[in-house]
Amino acid sequence: MSWFRRSTENIASDNQKKDMPEGMWSKCSSCGEIIHKGALEQNLWVCPKCSHHFRISSNEYFSILFDEGTFKEFDAKMTSKDPLSFVDTKKYKDRIKETIKKTGFSDALRYGIGKMNKRDVVIACMDFSFIGGSMGSVVGEKIRRAVDKAIKMKTPVIIISASGGARMMEAAYSLMQLAKTSAKLAQLSDAGLPFVSLMTDPTTGGVTASFAMLGDFNIAEPNALIGFAGPRVIKQTIGKDLPEGFQRAEFLQEKGFVDLVVPRKDLKATISNLLQMVH
Amino acid sequence: MAKVVLEFEKPIFELEQKIEEIKTLSDNVDVSDEVKTLEKKVSQLRENIFSNLTRWQRVQLARHPERPYTLDYIQNMTTDFVELHGDRAFGDDKAIVGGFAKLGDQPVMIIGHQKGRDTKSNLYRNFGMPNPEGYRKALRLMKLAVKFNRPIITMLDTPGAYPGLEAEERGQAEAIARNLFEMSHFPVPIIVVIIGEGASGGALGIGVGDRILMLENTWYSVIAPESCSSILWKSWEFKEQAAEALRLTPPDLLEQKIVDLIIPEPQGGAHRNPQQAAMILKDALLDELKTLRKLKPEKLVERRIEKFCNMGAWNE
Repeated sequence: MSWFRRSTENIASDNQKKDMPEGMWSKCSSCGEIIHKGALEQNLWVCPKCSHHFRISSNEYFSILFDEGTFKEFDAKMTSKDPLSFVDTKKYKDRIKETIKKTGFSDALRYGIGKMNKRDVVIACMDFSFIGGSMGSVVGEKIRRAVDKAIKMKTPVIIISASGGARMMEAAYSLMQLAKTSAKLAQLSDAGLPFVSLMTDPTTGGVTASFAMLGDFNIAEPNALIGFAGPRVIKQTIGKDLPEGFQRAEFLQEKGFVDLVVPRKDLKATISNLLQMVH
Repeated sequence: MAKVVLEFEKPIFELEQKIEEIKTLSDNVDVSDEVKTLEKKVSQLRENIFSNLTRWQRVQLARHPERPYTLDYIQNMTTDFVELHGDRAFGDDKAIVGGFAKLGDQPVMIIGHQKGRDTKSNLYRNFGMPNPEGYRKALRLMKLAVKFNRPIITMLDTPGAYPGLEAEERGQAEAIARNLFEMSHFPVPIIVVIIGEGASGGALGIGVGDRILMLENTWYSVIAPESCSSILWKSWEFKEQAAEALRLTPPDLLEQKIVDLIIPEPQGGAHRNPQQAAMILKDALLDELKTLRKLKPEKLVERRIEKFCNMGAWNE
């Protein structure tokens, strides 16, 4: 005779999990901490335990920087034209279609105008989830229009970078976006208007070698990877391991290419403070 | 020096060798008729092969180790060249050369990537891959040109900016970005010539100008075909396909409105006759300068920025 006869059903751990809303918890990729989504959002997607800055999209950056309800986006429907009918293992056209469907973004950068601590600013923000935040014609053209808007309205420009570099599938067109965006920033500069470059994880390749490095103020999020060549390529070239912290935000500040490293929670206040000094 | 012959150049060389042989072997016999026929044949063969080059073959020609480099063009088409060294901050990068020279009777600032011809000179030139101080030297020299109101001519021929540890520490990205920014609004004429390989940001770093010329057997793109193959196909084997997909030849780029003019090369490529190649380029440059000199500085800058703004393709 068993003393422990179960009168009710087995503990259904599986069922219980299913009852929880999908994706309520996030795991920190740096320290492994399990964090409740709500708490993470409240902490601006920064791990409360180790301060790791999660990669976030333009939606989150716009909500962090703009005063609530003041943001108006422009050219939200602009998409790439696939000017070269590029095909690698996949058609570029299909790649774009799939990525639009998957991410809900039309390309790797969005821009608009709004108020930041009551100051009018034009902000453009990249989305790394869109083909690695790569810069093709759309990113270049949107930055051109963002700068034109700022010159017309006499406002500062903030560009938030998150990119693996230029988009290979638009070949030379992509390369020319480096020149195009830099030329527009020269115009903005000639108009006496400030440009703040905010580099997030990762900012590499053609984006770093153009607008991201051209800020009157170059600001980076903590530990963001920032560089021209990717770490793997450099390692291959020199045949040695790379030093700890190489190409991270703090390293770039140490080497003199970033004005300051700013934690996400201080971004809005720090940028506003800088802008009030010059604009 | 042993001749380097590319696979598709072989039939041409074989025929040329045959002509030479006939000439040397026929001491007292008159072979002029036969030689003439063969020379005509070789010319036709060259014409044939060179008018049907694949994109990958064009890339190979652009990298031909006997191709003239920046200093060869400077030597063959200018006089009184004085090379100027250093960025006044870190050092002198040997992968970019520059200085004042006279093109015709016109003083100009000429700057270009410089490759080496053998192992030793290639190490010295870092295979034409500049470090940040190379771009900063170029910027310093361009500012000199602006100060003294001299036109700028740049020559692009690089497999890329050097992807090294120190290059990153010294701000490779910033150096290139700064040049793009500054070159876009310099109030003097800037003519850019792609004379060999135009690989990505490392090439564009001295490549913003009013007129972009491209020699016939060169390429220009966002990435080299091999690297493109390794990233998109995950293998180095698809370089031919990558070269096709990238559309990186002069006719491609003319069609994309990224370059303005293709400069023809002597039959068989610039390496077959560097002097003639330089003369053709010199004439084209003088022509371009004449037109650009008529424009007011403000107009020049406005047109230059507009030109780059028109590059790209998108749906509203």
